[in-house]
Amino acid sequence: MHSLAFDVSHTLAGGLVLISLMMLYQDRLYSLLNVFALHALVLSLSVAWQAFIQDAPHLYVTAVIALVFKAIIIPVALHRIIKQLGIHRDIESAVGIGPTMLAGMGLVALSLVLMLRVTGDADPLAREDLAFALSVVLLGLLVMVTRRNAVSQVVGFMSLENGLVLAATGAKGMPLVVEISVAFSILIAFIVIGIFLFRIRERFDSVDVSALDDFRGERR
Amino acid sequence: MDVISDIIVQGVQMLLVLLLAPLLTGYVRKVKARLLRRQGASVFQPYRDLLRLLRKEVVLADNASWLFRVTPYITFAAVWVAAALVPTFATGLLFNWTADLIAIVALLGSARFFLALAGMDVGTSFGGIGSSREVMIATLAEPAMLLIVFCLALVAGSTQLSTVSHFLASSYVGLRVSLGMALVALFMVAIAENARIPVDNPATHLELTMVHEAMILEYSGRHLAMIEFGAYLKLLLYVSLIACVFFPWQIALYGTGALSYAIGAGAYIVKLALAGFLLALFETATAKMRVFRVPQFLGAAFMLGLLGTLLLFVSRSF
Repeated sequence: MHSLAFDVSHTLAGGLVLISLMMLYQDRLYSLLNVFALHALVLSLSVAWQAFIQDAPHLYVTAVIALVFKAIIIPVALHRIIKQLGIHRDIESAVGIGPTMLAGMGLVALSLVLMLRVTGDADPLAREDLAFALSVVLLGLLVMVTRRNAVSQVVGFMSLENGLVLAATGAKGMPLVVEISVAFSILIAFIVIGIFLFRIRERFDSVDVSALDDFRGERR
Repeated sequence: MDVISDIIVQGVQMLLVLLLAPLLTGYVRKVKARLLRRQGASVFQPYRDLLRLLRKEVVLADNASWLFRVTPYITFAAVWVAAALVPTFATGLLFNWTADLIAIVALLGSARFFLALAGMDVGTSFGGIGSSREVMIATLAEPAMLLIVFCLALVAGSTQLSTVSHFLASSYVGLRVSLGMALVALFMVAIAENARIPVDNPATHLELTMVHEAMILEYSGRHLAMIEFGAYLKLLLYVSLIACVFFPWQIALYGTGALSYAIGAGAYIVKLALAGFLLALFETATAKMRVFRVPQFLGAAFMLGLLGTLLLFVSRSF
């Protein structure tokens, strides 16, 4: 039977998967960042809803962390980085949008099939959350694989991490310490990646990572 | 006695779609004009257009075959039957056992098949361009439409519109992300199929962008009237499809008497007005996209339908 709690969390988690697919579809850096901010916003809503239905107040902290860091600070910072690098025109995706979308659908189907088989007797809520979280993670990986621009790879990485947070909140009993440490490690990773971006830019005059291949002597 | 009242209600339904279709188009045009701060033609202008076209003489090309002459009637008949099958104000009508979603898709598909053939019949280059573009859009829109149908059928356990509408009107459904996706996808398909603005602009005769208009450029007189009427009916069909599947409020159930039929009809007209307003708002807010971007637009609709169907398996998993 359908309960409202399940329906709302299902809607939010499904919306997260949909926004991940939207991220694959974008071909402008700024719109990619906006979609990413939306992704983080929906994630924080979903976490807050989990906190509400699981009666776990520490999850509210996670939601606030997701909202502040991922939906506000990181997108704004990335906006500024893009502006400073002067690459706000477009993304050179390595694979066309059509095949990418098909691959994304395949990954979503794969993760649903896998998770529904593996977690046969788990709680339906956790089960559905895990299935969606796996697809968000795989789609984040796909974003990283199909983009050549380093900034959009960072966005893919961040959205992948959103999937991990979704999985963590679906499984009951995740301690707060772990969440805060994960959030901060992501922030550190973001800072390191930001520095690397400028390094790559300084060295190669571009943030297209195929320049790295050329530098190593690997030709496509 | 029952049979007679059933026939009457079904006849009212068929006449209702016929009468309301030009009004809906006129209303959308009027709202669009008002949103652009223009006065706009009267909402009854489409009726006048149809009458004017019916009075005019038919001009036929020398090499037009019989196909060219029968196509307007075939198209109109197929679309009318499809529009009359969709439950508008009441479910459980006499012919509702045939109101299968797949059958409706097939009827629309055959109407378009004949129209595309007729576009190429006279042999002008415009007709060919229009037909080829229309078929390109159709090959992308139809899989998306069928996935939406599958999604609905998996939720409601039937592809029959009456049953689907019944099921979705019940409180058993709840909030479902799959249905939301199917709604958005159906909206996108409806825009593409009706040659509305982001995909095609029905009000222009600019050769770079024409799709539907290019195909029917050779038609005149009563033939053109039939085709235009078919297009109005198709818009009404999609709006009532969305209304009956996703917003089945106040729709009359089978055999509940004249009063609930009247309430259903009133609710239906309100829904039409709302949908027309939203459509006009959407059209004024977006720009026409290039023809080569249409596959991406419809690909998104396809993706939404597929994703909705996939997510359904998660929500049914317990």
